[in-house]
Amino acid sequence: MTQEFPSIQGLVCPVPLPHQDQILLGHGSGGKMSHDLINRMFIPPFDNPSLRAGDDAGVVQILLEETTGKTATGRLAISTDSHVVWPLFFPGGDIGRLAICGTVNDVAMMGAQPRFLSAGFVIEEGFRVDALSMIVASMQAAVQEAGVEIVAGDTKVVQKGKADGLYITTTGVGIIPSNIEIGGARAQPGDVVILSGSIGDHGIAVLAARGDLGFETEVQSDVAPLNYLVQSMLQCSQRIHVLRDPTRGGLATSLNEIARQSKVGIIIDGVRVPVKPAVASACELLGFDPLYIANEGKLIAILPEEDADNVLDVMRQTRYGEGAVVIGEVKDVPEGRVLMKTAIGSTRVVDIPSGEILPRIC
Amino acid sequence: MKHLSEYRDADLVRGVLGEIKRTVTCPWVIMEICGGQTHAIMRYGLDQLLPQDLELVHGPGCPVCVTSLELIDKALAIASQPGVIFTSYGDMLRVPSSGNDLFSIRASGGDVRVVYTPLDAVKLAYQNPEKQVVFFAIGFETTAPANCMSVLQAKTMGLENYSVLVSHVRVPPAMKAILSSPHNRVQGFLAAGHVCAVMGYWEYPPIVEQYKVPVVVTGFEPLDILQGILLTLRQLEQGRAEAENAYSRVVTFEGNRKAQAIIDQVFTDCDRKWRGIGIIPASGWCMRDEYAKFDAEKRFPVSHINSEESTICIAGQILQGLKKPIECPAFSGRCTPENPLGATMVSSEGACAAYYQYSRR
Amino acid sequence: MCLGIPGKIVEIYQSNGLRMGKLDFGGVTREACLEYVPEAKIGDYALIHVGFALNLVSEQEAQETLELLRQISEIENSLQPGEIG
Repeated sequence: MTQEFPSIQGLVCPVPLPHQDQILLGHGSGGKMSHDLINRMFIPPFDNPSLRAGDDAGVVQILLEETTGKTATGRLAISTDSHVVWPLFFPGGDIGRLAICGTVNDVAMMGAQPRFLSAGFVIEEGFRVDALSMIVASMQAAVQEAGVEIVAGDTKVVQKGKADGLYITTTGVGIIPSNIEIGGARAQPGDVVILSGSIGDHGIAVLAARGDLGFETEVQSDVAPLNYLVQSMLQCSQRIHVLRDPTRGGLATSLNEIARQSKVGIIIDGVRVPVKPAVASACELLGFDPLYIANEGKLIAILPEEDADNVLDVMRQTRYGEGAVVIGEVKDVPEGRVLMKTAIGSTRVVDIPSGEILPRIC
Repeated sequence: MKHLSEYRDADLVRGVLGEIKRTVTCPWVIMEICGGQTHAIMRYGLDQLLPQDLELVHGPGCPVCVTSLELIDKALAIASQPGVIFTSYGDMLRVPSSGNDLFSIRASGGDVRVVYTPLDAVKLAYQNPEKQVVFFAIGFETTAPANCMSVLQAKTMGLENYSVLVSHVRVPPAMKAILSSPHNRVQGFLAAGHVCAVMGYWEYPPIVEQYKVPVVVTGFEPLDILQGILLTLRQLEQGRAEAENAYSRVVTFEGNRKAQAIIDQVFTDCDRKWRGIGIIPASGWCMRDEYAKFDAEKRFPVSHINSEESTICIAGQILQGLKKPIECPAFSGRCTPENPLGATMVSSEGACAAYYQYSRR
Repeated sequence: MCLGIPGKIVEIYQSNGLRMGKLDFGGVTREACLEYVPEAKIGDYALIHVGFALNLVSEQEAQETLELLRQISEIENSLQPGEIG
């Protein structure tokens, strides 16, 4: 009797699958999968000696100012931001570009030139690797544009259902030159307020991309690194008192914060505040006020009137400052408040929004 | 934007303001019905530019503000139930009932979603057959055509999981209630332009006749509001009382007949409790019996719910135009948009919220 | 209580048995239900509230209104040139 042998299809080795197309919990556990992911995904685009050293912290060489006979001292500007934007990709940018520019800008707003960043990634199990690559490529482009380096990073993976796909936290560091004093409490009566360009672009672009309000528009996010713009402005004038980027809460929130910190009144001319027509239309449709919508590539500068013309000229010739205009001035009263002259000649108070900005029906 | 920006022209505004100043010879009290008009007045600082003799009082034209506490409690109870997707227009999320609001229901795990149009709620019902989708249908007459169409659409699509929590209120009964009040100070009305886009203004001549008060249908842009005020003022100064239309680019006397027919098909008149005012007879719309299966109050037995209004809040008097927000002892102290005690501070259309945001503290 | 803004109808179609349109609000487009304006054609302006067209905007009435306002304004300007008043 012949014995039927099962047909042998060939040796199969139960080596774990490399999982090239999806992120799994294993990628966050610190083992081989983690190392593979880091070496494949993160090191090459951000490559520098600190990252390659692979230690717990990035070590960088910086030039400290030295004063004869005294210990060298200087000021570091440090900022950290967690990015949880949804959707991850939107017209004009993505979470990666946002993560780099947001932190670069926060450091630059102190008058510092941002140099080094760290980046922490919290990735949801099942996240597509090709999407992650696109985001990392976007971060690489932003890093190169801003002239900064990512010198430290971390990666964690969480279970499916958490993290909305991906969260990124970036921390940035820069040195503040000794002759620069910039801060929200430094606005003076008599100063003018300059805005670098149109407001509301980022917030409307993201809202449109989310899709649940059902509108379509060609508005693009303005997300951009502003550190070179700030550098040009500081070279032109060392008497700039305040710099701020009006992100969440919009122009209105930033101006109110400054008014409170500096104990001054800020009066703006509503007609001079630039708003793209499509942004204005989207706001009308939903019942929003552009003053409260987020921006990610704009800045406010408050400085003495005498320097304003020169700074404006320089801004208008620098990338991301082309649309710069004077929008208002600082007075000593009403202390801590922001007022706006309307198109029809009346004055109204511009307050901080109380919470989530909701579309209205009324 | 066409048919919008032209009505914000500074020169024309100056012109009409001048004419208003020349027309007024003695004090008058005019009420603007609509919360959207209050919002526009505050946003453009129109009340600052008007002559002192002219007093604008703010009417109960904010459906969010006037939705009764009981109905909000019912909404919260339904939204808290598992298997329910509770949908609503955005501004309802912050309305507090006895200590809670839709935001906190969402934070505790309730599926609460903002929709821009009720058709999106119907779509959700279609896409989620295993869930119950409830839509919080608040509004004046303006929003009724949309809310009714969602019911008809759900019926056409054979949806078993869509229902509507109805909280509609009507303007003419509210005007009559205000005019009948012994404390009434209102001498002229700016009627709500978009309510009239739907309903026309054929309901106003009987009111004008009975109470001898001018009613002028008014829009929402600065020029529209000023024009409405000017026409009302002219009537008052000349001793006339008529129903006039200052928003003729979208309002006709008959209104939108098809919309009125659909509303009549789905809704019927009923008594309605207005938060802060009380029950005004026949001032609301409820679901007709033929559509009972789409009525969320019947689908979800949300039986007796004890609702307590803050005793300090004077929203009722504000809604009737008897007091201004700044006359309230709690305004901007204990009562702010972050911690509203009552309806008029909650909604971004409410008079207190508008005052708080745009001015006056 | 009525956030309604005018949009230009650029497309009309049926969706789930309802007459719908795509409207242009000046750089922003959104869909709206046109069931309540059966006479609407492409190029018309409609007043939109919560995703529904409530009425068409009458071009003629709009022109007349603006003309009236301009006349009032001219009287004002001739009496008080240049003042805000």
